[in-house]
Amino acid sequence: MKDFWQRFKRNRGAVIGLIILALVILIAVFAPILFPQSPWKMVQRPFLPPFERDALLLGTDALGRNVMAGLAYGAQVSLIIGLISTVASLAIGIPLGAIAGYFGGFVDDALMRFTEFFQTVPNFALAIVLVAIFEPSVESIIGAIAIVSWPPVARLVRGEVLSLRSREYVEAAILSGQRNSTIILKQILPNTLSPIIVLASLMVATAILLESSLSFLGLGDPNLMSWGYMIGAARTVIRQAWWLSLFPGVAIILTVLSLNLIGEGLNDALNPRLSRKGK
Amino acid sequence: MLRFIAMRLFKAAIILIAIVTLNFFLIHAAPGDPAAVMAGEAGAADEIFLQQLREQFGLDKPLLTQLGLYLSGILQLDLGFSYRQQMPVADLIWDRLPATLLLTFTAFVISLVLGTLAGVLASARVGKWSDTIISTVALLFYATPLYWIALMAVLLFSVQLNWLPGFGYETVGGNFTGFARLLDIAQHLVLPALTLGLFFMAVYMRMTRASMLEVSTMDFVKTAKAKGLKPGIIQRRHIFRNAMLPVVTLAGLQAGQLVGGAVLTETVFAWPGIGRLMFDALAQRDYNVLLGVFFVSAAMVLVFNLITDILYRVVDPRIRAS
Repeated sequence: MKDFWQRFKRNRGAVIGLIILALVILIAVFAPILFPQSPWKMVQRPFLPPFERDALLLGTDALGRNVMAGLAYGAQVSLIIGLISTVASLAIGIPLGAIAGYFGGFVDDALMRFTEFFQTVPNFALAIVLVAIFEPSVESIIGAIAIVSWPPVARLVRGEVLSLRSREYVEAAILSGQRNSTIILKQILPNTLSPIIVLASLMVATAILLESSLSFLGLGDPNLMSWGYMIGAARTVIRQAWWLSLFPGVAIILTVLSLNLIGEGLNDALNPRLSRKGK
Repeated sequence: MLRFIAMRLFKAAIILIAIVTLNFFLIHAAPGDPAAVMAGEAGAADEIFLQQLREQFGLDKPLLTQLGLYLSGILQLDLGFSYRQQMPVADLIWDRLPATLLLTFTAFVISLVLGTLAGVLASARVGKWSDTIISTVALLFYATPLYWIALMAVLLFSVQLNWLPGFGYETVGGNFTGFARLLDIAQHLVLPALTLGLFFMAVYMRMTRASMLEVSTMDFVKTAKAKGLKPGIIQRRHIFRNAMLPVVTLAGLQAGQLVGGAVLTETVFAWPGIGRLMFDALAQRDYNVLLGVFFVSAAMVLVFNLITDILYRVVDPRIRAS
């Protein structure tokens, strides 16, 4: 653990990413305390430019709502949807990949064709169709993101399992009469954990981008304030009110960037032998 | 090569049939009467039209028969009827397809050329400031929502500086013909194609840089150096060609993202392609149009994949031989 932190710390970008992400999490957690009023509530005249009033530092939108409160509540939505949809894609991808890699042969072929299909289909278009048909809600958005994001997990896990499958310790486990499920769960999967963790951190970032793109198109949960929705609503008034699109975009960039940086740091720390750049 | 292309076309056909089947089950999984879903907005269609749809698609027959009818419809290039727009979906898409093809293909070429160029530049200057700048900018683009870059581009280059048009495909009422019209379209194309290409540029740049660095440590590069070849020749003929392989593979995998990105880009720039058609259909819950665009965009991805597969064989002679 100490080693891990030492190696992680050596990547300066990763540390910066961790600090930014910690800030975003803090804002999301304390949003109800920082902004007790609902982010949907009108607090001032519409189109109040930023930096004019201390209480409304980032101005108000077309309906007089506080942009800063919207950003804080939007952080909750982004983080929660990013996290849960990633967990959901892992829940689909890990078993599929493990089964394909462990059993090989026909099972492997069939599962990999299935995975390939989902990799070929245009991701974002499928997500749009899914959310539109099942009506926008947190559940349908998470489901749609999970359905389009699991293939890389399955492929990664399959590759790892395939290479571990022929190791002596696994052969010993098979000879000792352990059940297939025990071998997969207890002997093989724990050894595939580090690349999965790295991939998962990058997937949270992609999921946040996907969620924001869906909300931008008007496919967000209508009860939740999200960054993508804020930009989508500001699209038509961009000539009058630049700040309405600018600030939520910066929030998305910072969050996604921090997760990408952390992912690279985790990669350096968890796979020291494969470390990029050959430092 | 012909055999290879035939095999790929066969595989593509299977994927397309799978997508049609998926579409079919989506219509049935949607909450509400499938006839109402096909008609577009629930409640907006009159009973006579709904009855007509039920008969046409055999909605009172077993599910498998329905799937057969639906599939045979698609095979005759019938993607359903848009009740909202009073036009067959296939006609709507056909009208808009050229604009999308122009946009995505331009963005694809721009991102691939500029991305690999930047990647090569960065890899040649590892650790120096120019590498740091290129890598940081790529990292930023990689984290930026496409639609947000598009909006900012409109704000800066169109609203503030007034350099380029940020709206539409050509000047409305311009009535240009011949070369003047081409020039007009090209001007309108600059911002959408660049914004759509930027994200992918970042992806290809990162891949090229990593791949160039990896290949440059390989034994055959040492051999080339030992033979006394000039560094420039080693860079171009030995390292670059080998480093391009994973980039081309990635380009094929990214095709789906490119087509999906077109929905966002076309929405912001009011580019009259199938992405904008999809956005307009969203607001009206015009499911036939949504599913039709989804089907056609998947077909586009398959075409892009075929192109990258052929490219791959051109870059790597070893695959051609086997």
